[in-house]
Amino acid sequence: MGGLLSDAHWGVLLILLPLFGGLCSFLWPGAVKFIGLATVSAVALSVVGLGDQLLTTGVYHHAVGGWGAPLGIDLYADGLSLFMLMVNALVGLGVSIYALDYFDQGEARRFWPLWLLLLGGLNALFLSADIFNLYVTLEIVGLAGVGLASLSRSGAALDGAMRYLMATLLGSLCYLLGVALLYHSAGTVDIPLLAERLESTPPVWAALGLICAGLALKTALFPLHFWLPKAHASASAPVSALLSALVVKASFYILLRLWLEIFSVRTEGVDDLLGALGMAAIIWGSLQALQQTRLKLMIAYSTVSQMGYLFLVFPLAAAGAFSAWSAVAYLILSHALAKSSMFLVAGNLMHFGGHDRIADLDRAVQRLPITVGAFALAGVSIMGLPPSGGFIGKWLLLNEALNQGRWDLVIVMMIGGVLAAAYIFKVLGFAFTQAPVTHEPKGVPAIMEWSALLLAVAAIVLGFLASPLMLILGIGETVQLMGAGQ
Amino acid sequence: MNIPMIYALLGITLFSVGLYGLIVREHLLRKILALNIMGSGIFLVLVALGKRSVGDLPDPVPHAMVITGIVVAVSATALALTLMLKLVEVSGSAVLHDAPKERS
Repeated sequence: MGGLLSDAHWGVLLILLPLFGGLCSFLWPGAVKFIGLATVSAVALSVVGLGDQLLTTGVYHHAVGGWGAPLGIDLYADGLSLFMLMVNALVGLGVSIYALDYFDQGEARRFWPLWLLLLGGLNALFLSADIFNLYVTLEIVGLAGVGLASLSRSGAALDGAMRYLMATLLGSLCYLLGVALLYHSAGTVDIPLLAERLESTPPVWAALGLICAGLALKTALFPLHFWLPKAHASASAPVSALLSALVVKASFYILLRLWLEIFSVRTEGVDDLLGALGMAAIIWGSLQALQQTRLKLMIAYSTVSQMGYLFLVFPLAAAGAFSAWSAVAYLILSHALAKSSMFLVAGNLMHFGGHDRIADLDRAVQRLPITVGAFALAGVSIMGLPPSGGFIGKWLLLNEALNQGRWDLVIVMMIGGVLAAAYIFKVLGFAFTQAPVTHEPKGVPAIMEWSALLLAVAAIVLGFLASPLMLILGIGETVQLMGAGQ
Repeated sequence: MNIPMIYALLGITLFSVGLYGLIVREHLLRKILALNIMGSGIFLVLVALGKRSVGDLPDPVPHAMVITGIVVAVSATALALTLMLKLVEVSGSAVLHDAPKERS
């Protein structure tokens, strides 16, 4: 049994299962919820299997169809890939359970095939080892994401989805042109081979610029975030959760991966530019979040500011430190859990009161204690208060900034934390007070309340799991090597 | 300047023209066409630079990439056109208007 488990091709399963499940849910719309939940659970089990395999035998490597690197497609998984797959599985499970009760049968028939396609694309993205395959998976993720964003078919949702589509296609095209130039310079698209062969020439600089710009647009880095608030706020709640928690992280992961393995030694000034934009994103996103009167828009702007923290890693890591990279991985996971929980909470409140105006939350805390509790717990992680995953991530990042004497970063992170506290307490404050207008409240299904709470609790529990998670990140030593090698 | 380089520069020019159109034009159909022009520019770059070896045989890998890219471009265009038609159905206009502020 043990032999069977460690020999199984978990990486292949992780891609095939959701694609097959998506196909089945398209063919048998009657059983769509059952097929969907079964597939997502099977994917979560496969991530556990892959994790077990990686811990015992090191990095996973598979040449699809036996072709091998230059001609065929290689699957590759190390600690960082496994970590991202875990984020997928955890958030995916939480949101899938929520979606069981959120969508009626008609909407569910459209939601599940697209969500499983998105999951397959994300898994494939985290398992890819060449930059062209990353482009293809990026497009699968982008197109599935746009489909999901337009799911509710309201004018606002279609408008948001259209903006999202334009931005995501432009980002992918910039990335693809960068790939073309890199291929021209090095004659390969394989990431390890590229790392060996690339030299500092003008085409490589152009490629670096194009790839960074394209991925920054897809990750909604300030000032390229213009499409995100509308697209994320106008989609239905589970979709917003998936887009904000998983999809923006996918393009950031590519940037991180390319940076770690290819570009790290050839980046005159680009790292500082990304860091400066990250700082601007933290401040601007938080200020915008504070001004919003709609809960979902507030949460979407909060995503803009939280993505800013991730970009602070580039200037810090230039001096080389394992803790900066692991801090970012930690922030990705904790933000994914906390933000998905917040969007699900917003879905509950909308279901309950029929609106998401922050000022009219009208004693939600008494009537939906579990939901508001979930929002508060997720807020603790977003603000970065101990004990939570967000705290560990921000603490590691802050520590690194202090060690390197980057006071500008320290101050911006502090201000960002205070502003986050301000917008989260604003919501909680209105949840306690009575609004002038009274609504006809509608009951919220228990599953929807509890799944939001579970995700928020997971974001808190992360604060106690630092050492096992660091162990996972160390597999394959991509992160460690780059840290030590500078 | 050799011939593949001229084609590659032409591809970069197409990419830039498309980018300009995407930003400046308002009608969604024009934006979608602009994206396609950008894509064609990249494909031209890939094919042109694929003739990198000195011998007679071009490198097949960029050709495979272009074919994959075309498949992606076709599906993306189909999705964009469908979305545009839905948007016209709902809002009556094929232009994305800048945020009419907060109606409550």
